Amino acid sequence: MTVDSVKRALQTPDERLPYAELGMKEEEYLRVKEILGRRPTGSELAIYSVMWSEHCSYKSSKVHLRQFATKAPASEALLVGMGENAGVVDIGDGWAATFKIESHNHPSYVEPHQGAATGVGGIVRDIMSMGARPIAVMDSLRFGGLDQTDTRRVLPGVVEGISHYGNCLGLPNIGGEVVFDPCYIGNPLVNALCVGLLRKDQIKLATAPGPGNKVVLFGARTGADGIGGASVLASATFEDESQAKRPAVQVGDPFMEKLLIECCLELYQADVVVGIQDLGAAGVSCATTELAAKGTGGMAVDLNLVPLRDPTLRPEEILMSESQERMMAVVTPDDIAAFLAICEKWDVPATVIGEVTDSGRLVMTWDGEVIVDIPPGTAADEGPVYHRPYHEPAGQAALNAHVELARPADLGATLLQLLGSANIASREWVTSQYDRYVRGNTVLAQPADAGVLRISESMPGASETTRGIALATDGNGRYAKLDPYAGAQLALAEAYRNVAVTGATPLAVTNCLNFGSPEDPEVMWQFAEAVRGLADACKTLGVPVTGGNVSFYNQTGSAAIHPTPVVGVLGVIEDVAKRVPSGFTAEGLRVVLLGDTADEFGGSEWAHVAHGHLGGLPPQVRLEAERALANVLTTASRRGLLAGSHDLSDGGLAVALAEACLPKGIGATVSLPGEDAFVDLFSESSARALVCVEPERFAALAELCAAHEVSCYGLGETGGTTLTVENAFEIPVATLRETHRATLPAVFG
Amino acid sequence: MRVGVVTFPGTLDDQDAARAVRLAGAEAVPLWHADHDLKGVDAVFLPGGFSYGDYLRCGAISRFAPLMEELIPAAKAGLPVLGTCNGFQILCEAHLLPGALTRNAGLHYLCRDQGIRVENTATAWTGEFAEGQEIVLPIKHGEGRYVADEATLAELEGTGRVVFRYSGGNPNGSLNDIAGISNEAGNVVGLMPHPEHAVEELTGAPSVDGRGFFTSILKRLVTA
Repeated sequence: MTVDSVKRALQTPDERLPYAELGMKEEEYLRVKEILGRRPTGSELAIYSVMWSEHCSYKSSKVHLRQFATKAPASEALLVGMGENAGVVDIGDGWAATFKIESHNHPSYVEPHQGAATGVGGIVRDIMSMGARPIAVMDSLRFGGLDQTDTRRVLPGVVEGISHYGNCLGLPNIGGEVVFDPCYIGNPLVNALCVGLLRKDQIKLATAPGPGNKVVLFGARTGADGIGGASVLASATFEDESQAKRPAVQVGDPFMEKLLIECCLELYQADVVVGIQDLGAAGVSCATTELAAKGTGGMAVDLNLVPLRDPTLRPEEILMSESQERMMAVVTPDDIAAFLAICEKWDVPATVIGEVTDSGRLVMTWDGEVIVDIPPGTAADEGPVYHRPYHEPAGQAALNAHVELARPADLGATLLQLLGSANIASREWVTSQYDRYVRGNTVLAQPADAGVLRISESMPGASETTRGIALATDGNGRYAKLDPYAGAQLALAEAYRNVAVTGATPLAVTNCLNFGSPEDPEVMWQFAEAVRGLADACKTLGVPVTGGNVSFYNQTGSAAIHPTPVVGVLGVIEDVAKRVPSGFTAEGLRVVLLGDTADEFGGSEWAHVAHGHLGGLPPQVRLEAERALANVLTTASRRGLLAGSHDLSDGGLAVALAEACLPKGIGATVSLPGEDAFVDLFSESSARALVCVEPERFAALAELCAAHEVSCYGLGETGGTTLTVENAFEIPVATLRETHRATLPAVFG
Repeated sequence: MRVGVVTFPGTLDDQDAARAVRLAGAEAVPLWHADHDLKGVDAVFLPGGFSYGDYLRCGAISRFAPLMEELIPAAKAGLPVLGTCNGFQILCEAHLLPGALTRNAGLHYLCRDQGIRVENTATAWTGEFAEGQEIVLPIKHGEGRYVADEATLAELEGTGRVVFRYSGGNPNGSLNDIAGISNEAGNVVGLMPHPEHAVEELTGAPSVDGRGFFTSILKRLVTA
């Protein structure tokens, strides 16, 4: 078979290559020709098409994402910021944490199980490539309406994929979200987060310095799976042909990934790795161009040496294959024997496929002919940048108009209606399929507000520390639809608050920005506003964005999903034994509400459940109040004042009270501080939390709140078998539990 | 006292098992699947995980590991061996224990804190429990439904070899609510629940009932 070599490209300058079929625009193709001074070969086109795809190049989002850097707050904790595989944060005592969230939305619609599984696999390899041991995962999931038929196909598949892959890898799944809304029916969102741990002085980077150093491909063999996944699947909207795209979804092998984790950690310990990069979207194309671009600048690769699962693969396909569980390392000639021996110990295939050069060119050969000869930076870093036009959606003002909704008389019935509704009901049907205990460091996991992990003992031979980390993800598409600027800020505020209620100090942010088509100016406006809002809020709260991911084209026809920025916050707690557990932990505790409540129902769970209404404005963003509340919570936890806590969010105080009763089946009797019981119970005002304290510690808590100007309302006392809100309702805890638990099993079995 | 903790490719709970052994005051000795070497340990813990990805029947490949060639005769000669979850599956595949673990009746992987009743306190691993004691341990498995033919079940029941039974609801459809069994001599015990995840107040399950397994074996070894 003829190979489209560089020589042949020069001889046939006018041959038309299928750039459009690979998702490339004509002007982009012309730019490649200009860079190379000739037409690209098929293999070169494969590289540029995937590297310049929306998914890999961020060409539509780049101009906005820059704000995360330009507005970044000064942070002593930030060790590695955006642009690497994942950000790295100093968590004290010589330890660093690396974390990132990434989408695998489109593959999860086409093939829920494998799409979600490989989403977990991909983010875990990102964390590994920073030199870290992955220590936990979380998932932020969104599906169509609970009553919609396709949800019954997509959700069980996604959950099973995450369950199978994550459990088999031995990573505890410590939290996340499950949200239902009809806007996601054709575009479910699967955002996977992984956190890893490493010593501060052991950070690895994706770089290939040192001419003569060897380039090693290790892990699974390369097959036909995922070919074109990045450029075709992630950058195109689903229409009727999605069935035809099925082969583009990758298939995961968690067993190989587990071996790869242990193998990589042993390689790091032996100090035989100069640079390392995982193979994710765009596979060998991405790994070689990025490593070369960040290193000495040149690399020579013999593609015939890539171990194949399918020997009929062509070089273009090898370059684009997204076969899972592969890594690429740069190793000095002196260390190569030791490197290969460790791989052999773990039964991980490893092959030297090339070496670093100082030519400034990425050169690849196939059957002895040069098929790629490009400056690697032009593919990796110098992709197209679009200033997409954007404007406020035509219906935005109408959407934001206030509509008076009939308020209920029976507040107890309203609580039960909310508690059993799709977005508030127990997630146990989902989370019981995840291993939350493996590795033995899980201090808090779902349904707690944030996952909390112990650091010491996380790695064999690790030095002692009392520290722990807390992680939470949040997002609210309805708020963001009403006001993307505020919606992104509210997502950050909630994740920040969820970390703080465990007693941890929020340190850093990762984000996954899920939107419709960037070619639609109204969607682009939502995106621009959300990024601006998030960057501004990160600055105010002093928590830098360390990395993340953008997922565009989440739309079917012209109907885009709600703009859905999902924000992950990582915090650190100095003494993890002082973490605050979730809910009411004993009888006879004072129940205390922190923060103020206003009449805010725009985008609320109540408006959604009781009226099917989305309109008005989301709750006011109050970042200074969030920061003050977080200071109260972390200080109170350090002083041992808090016996339990819970964040107030969807469904307001009423839902928070009910959820606080559930972990230990302890009721409470409370009275409401305000004049309007409905507002007190169901408003979704931000910057609030529910805590319980020993009665003799209430005065100390009240004093602390006063010092931070945080309102503090003693509502009542825990105890008994009912949740009693005076002048409103009295509901047995058993009824709350049954209502909360029944909803998901009724649909999914 | 030295307790070996075995690592196969795909073993996941080995670190937890080693920690539980250490917290009980014994030395945890890592044992590697590819070695023909039990390193002179006094007892062996086969932890959970997905050895070889469980791509064949769970435990079906691990039983052929070089280490198992040493472990099987040693166990038959009386070496105390505890297998949890995948370790239990491996013990069944290696015919050190009868029966098999099949797909959960609910067809889903299930992670939850489970009530367990201790039915036999005469084994090497249960001496510190009380007969009939109700404990809480986490379960986390997709293939934990214990099955055996009627004759085997009758023999297990008749000779007190059903060591643990699920209480407060059978999570996986195991016959006779069986959560764990022993061999005739009582030195080899296998169970689906995870004692190693229930040994610390701060982490893992909301119970420390798993400690009893480790105090039991240490006491047994000291007095042996």
